[in-house]
Amino acid sequence: MPNLEHPAYPAAALLHLESLVPCRESQVSLLLSIFGERQQFSVPSIFIYGHTSSGKTYVLQTLLNTLQLPHVFVNCVEYFTSRLLLEEILIQLQSCSSETELTSHVSCENFNDFIRLLKQAIVSRELQDQTLYIVLDRAEQLREMEANILPAFLRLQELTDSNVTVVLLSEIVWELFRPNVGCFDPLTLYFPDYSIGHLQKILSQNHPPEYTADFYAAYINILLGVFYMVCRDLKELRHLAALNFSKYCEPVVRGEANERDTRKLWKNIEPHLKKAMQTVYLREISSSQWERLQHDGGEPGQLKGLSAHTHVELPYYSKFLLIAAYIASYNPVRTDKRFFLKHHGKIRKTNFLKKHEKTSNHLLGPKPFPLDRLLAILYSIVDNRIAPTANIFSQITSLVTLQLLSMVGQNDQLDGPRYKCTVSLDFIRAIAR
Amino acid sequence: GCFVFKPSAKKRRLSQTTVQDFRNEDSDLGDAELRFITCQSLWNQIKLETEKIQEDLNKQLLDNLVNFLSRSHSKFQDKTTEWTCQMKFREIPTAALVLGVNVTDHDLIFRNLSDFLQNNITPYIALLEAKDCPGIKNLMQKLMGQLLNCSTDVDSLEDEDYVQVSQKRIRCSMSSLIKWYESVAKKADSETPSKKRSASSRHWQSPPVVVILKDMESFTTKVLQDFIVISSQHIHEFPLVLIFGIATSPMIIHRLLPHSVSSLLCIELFQSLSCKEHLATIIDKLLLTTQFPFKLGGKVLQVLINIFLYHDFSVQNFIKGFQLCIVEHFFSQPLSVLCCQPVDLEKRIHSLCHEQCESIRRLPSFRSYVEKQVSEKQVALLTTDNFLKEETQKLLEDLRVYHENYVSVLRCLHVFTSSLPKYPLGKQIRELHCACLENQVWETEEYESSLQLARMLNKCDLVTMLQQCLEILLSSSGKEFDKTVEKLKEFLTQFQNLEAEAFQERDVSISSQKELQKKTDLYHLQKTLLELKDSRRSKKLTKFEMLRFEVVDFIDSLVRKYLIPADQKTLHEIVYFNTATILRGHLNAAPRTALHTALNNPHWYLKNQALKCDGGSISNKAPDICIVYKLHLECGRLINLVDWLEAFSTVVMAAEEPNADTASSDQVDDIIHARFIQAVSELELLGFIKPSKQKTDHVARLTWGGC
Repeated sequence: MPNLEHPAYPAAALLHLESLVPCRESQVSLLLSIFGERQQFSVPSIFIYGHTSSGKTYVLQTLLNTLQLPHVFVNCVEYFTSRLLLEEILIQLQSCSSETELTSHVSCENFNDFIRLLKQAIVSRELQDQTLYIVLDRAEQLREMEANILPAFLRLQELTDSNVTVVLLSEIVWELFRPNVGCFDPLTLYFPDYSIGHLQKILSQNHPPEYTADFYAAYINILLGVFYMVCRDLKELRHLAALNFSKYCEPVVRGEANERDTRKLWKNIEPHLKKAMQTVYLREISSSQWERLQHDGGEPGQLKGLSAHTHVELPYYSKFLLIAAYIASYNPVRTDKRFFLKHHGKIRKTNFLKKHEKTSNHLLGPKPFPLDRLLAILYSIVDNRIAPTANIFSQITSLVTLQLLSMVGQNDQLDGPRYKCTVSLDFIRAIAR
Repeated sequence: GCFVFKPSAKKRRLSQTTVQDFRNEDSDLGDAELRFITCQSLWNQIKLETEKIQEDLNKQLLDNLVNFLSRSHSKFQDKTTEWTCQMKFREIPTAALVLGVNVTDHDLIFRNLSDFLQNNITPYIALLEAKDCPGIKNLMQKLMGQLLNCSTDVDSLEDEDYVQVSQKRIRCSMSSLIKWYESVAKKADSETPSKKRSASSRHWQSPPVVVILKDMESFTTKVLQDFIVISSQHIHEFPLVLIFGIATSPMIIHRLLPHSVSSLLCIELFQSLSCKEHLATIIDKLLLTTQFPFKLGGKVLQVLINIFLYHDFSVQNFIKGFQLCIVEHFFSQPLSVLCCQPVDLEKRIHSLCHEQCESIRRLPSFRSYVEKQVSEKQVALLTTDNFLKEETQKLLEDLRVYHENYVSVLRCLHVFTSSLPKYPLGKQIRELHCACLENQVWETEEYESSLQLARMLNKCDLVTMLQQCLEILLSSSGKEFDKTVEKLKEFLTQFQNLEAEAFQERDVSISSQKELQKKTDLYHLQKTLLELKDSRRSKKLTKFEMLRFEVVDFIDSLVRKYLIPADQKTLHEIVYFNTATILRGHLNAAPRTALHTALNNPHWYLKNQALKCDGGSISNKAPDICIVYKLHLECGRLINLVDWLEAFSTVVMAAEEPNADTASSDQVDDIIHARFIQAVSELELLGFIKPSKQKTDHVARLTWGGC
């Protein structure tokens, strides 16, 4: 196991750091060697990528905090405009320097201002001889901002002419970021996914104080056995572990089994975990509901999940409108004549036939159709005469707002609007019943 | 938000001008003001009643929600250092509120909800609508605006300087929101205990911030995702609770949010009452009571219910329609002054003037009533005003009693019909009500078949139904039901007696079966079986069956006596509103048809004799746009503008100088050309045609023929 070693930092701090970042030692030591000593200039920009919950944010945060390196940590999702982002960086820089709580309002309209203010802040904080780290989490959001933001951040060291390193964290690869020209390529670093062994190790690390580490590790083992197939997200796994642990302990608490009785415990928990996978994990049932269920000892079957409520009650004509829209979306125009002109009153049957012939259309997805066609089909599938009242038209718009239909092309309403039907065959079947 | 609400009801404020409106129509009668006031007070009563009903209906839902909120909140309250709490991931508590597709009704529910929460849980409520939040920036701005405002409401005057920060200066980000929340929470803590009790005892220590997304479906995925991700990062400092208003099904959450985002939420489902049940309660409480003097006729009710079932499912629109009926009734029916509470009736009848008496005499139902009287009375009714007034009072009183009885008997009948297989008379009481108002219900086939079915009910059902009827009749205020109640009680006792007899009968049957078992001879067996069968077929009805027939006949007699359609009653015009065509025109307008009529047959609206034309011929007196429209109806999908112009000029010139020199007709007069262009561009504006890209000198039609 590579011990973290670096001449610039005290060994105790490094040891502490190592205990905090299990399974990420190699990445940390690499980062340390890139960072160098406090006063040394580091790489202008580092790009770290890896899947969700592969420890990017956590590692960076613990690293910078334990070694007490000056840094600014900003989440780009939270500060969704460039202005907010830049101001937040400056505010954080100010607030950690001066002890006074009230920081004056910084206004920073563009990157030019930012560089000027950043230089001032560095000087005022006496950080000239230290590397300042600016960490931008969820950096993929930077692409949505003004075009100059990302290249400017990459060259921040050069632009400010001071000791600054920008670290970008993202879930996607650098190739998807790169602007066309004139861009500084950052040093890219990949955080691989945790393997099952890693997960086991990390999860078992913080066991509840009432139980022994071995007992908890056995539980984590079972949990991973069930969930590893579908979920490798560490946070999610930890959440699930916490949710179901009380159930696992039940036999022990009741005195039916002791902590070593793994087989018995496994028998008790396994079906429970499987059920959890189908419900809580998919957020069909909320975790608080799940906990209450566990507490009351009820069966999860009695609580219906979200997807059990698929039925939508619609007004009479809305139903027909939706069915007509579905037919218009999935049937080619040329068949309309065949289906709706020849056989009057045999519509049910023809509908049925059509669905057998045209399975391929369902694979192709819905096609847009003009309003007139929708109304024509509507008139032919409804038995009695319908006047084209305002109510009918308003129902079409309300179906659009309910996202059951969607309008294609944001054309003028007068210009013959076109729609698409967005619901599935099952939904239509349920409605047509 | 759609299932569009048309502002149908003319809002009549109590101002002189609207009273004037009422008066202008019938200047001869001076009671317009009185009618107006009656209408107003009646509507106010009804409005209060409906609000109360709706509050009651939503109570359950609101209570559940409050429970949920308090639970989600309590976890935040005790910042336990427990292991599970540390390990668990803090999810945002979310209530998915499935409200049904009647979007127009949602506003009311949300209003109730936010009031209720404001009073019980938290002052910090923000209501967001999708149309205000096209981006995450707008959403945050809106959210901050609402939250900061609501804080001013609560700690009203104490420190204005705090909120005086103009909104532009505030950075719309989560961190400033958190700062705001901290300062607010701190202030609530630092308040003196006595003060706290008075001011914020209703709320909890650190109240959650409730954000209600009114129309979940219309939000864009990006905005929602960003918002959830951002707020989930700060859930520890900022106790947020989300409420999603969902019109379709909760599946939409999964469709809008990817798993990585939905795993940040702790979603619980709440369902509001279905709108059909809602309507049923409204009808039950508003129409099937004796509380209000005003009543809806059968056709009108049918129109309102049809709009509800076929078009919008909106209870709010139903009530608005009802309001329109009231206004229309009091506006168009001069005698509606008599449509008032029974207490005022006598006074109002006495103050009727001669003209009004005359108009009573002109009522069709009154005329047919007069014709049935003996001749002296006829003369008295038609000549003496005072006698007429007395008679009117009596008749109106009769009408009121009729309605009372009608409602009770209708409910009894509903008890029977609602449990029959296949529901020949409808499952809901509203269907039965419509059927009874429409015509004499006992003459319909459905009634016949439901009686047939009722004759086959088993005893158990029959007894419970009779008991229900008994309860209904006992609780009704009608005085005529004493006999009926007695009769029903008698039936019930007879049924009980039957039970005792049934034991004996069963003994008999058992003995006969025993006899059967004794006989082993094949021939004899066959014989006895045949005998048994014969006897069963020809066997006279058992006592139970007799009784059952009696009960059904009794119910039938009740129906025939009490469920007479309202429009056969004298003076029904005064309290029943029955002009369905007006209502349909107002509530279910047909713009395309109206446009077609206007363009195709201008006489319909312009009422100009010269425009009156027959059939397909095109009059040149019609407005230009009408001529152009009629000509375009004869064309195919693409219309050649030159040909169209030719035809237009021919029509226009036709009358002016039929035999002018033909040379000039080659080139079209400039004025006619201009008129043509104007008419065509008007048509384009109306959406009938559009310029075509396929051929330069052609336009494309956007409609088919007809409408």
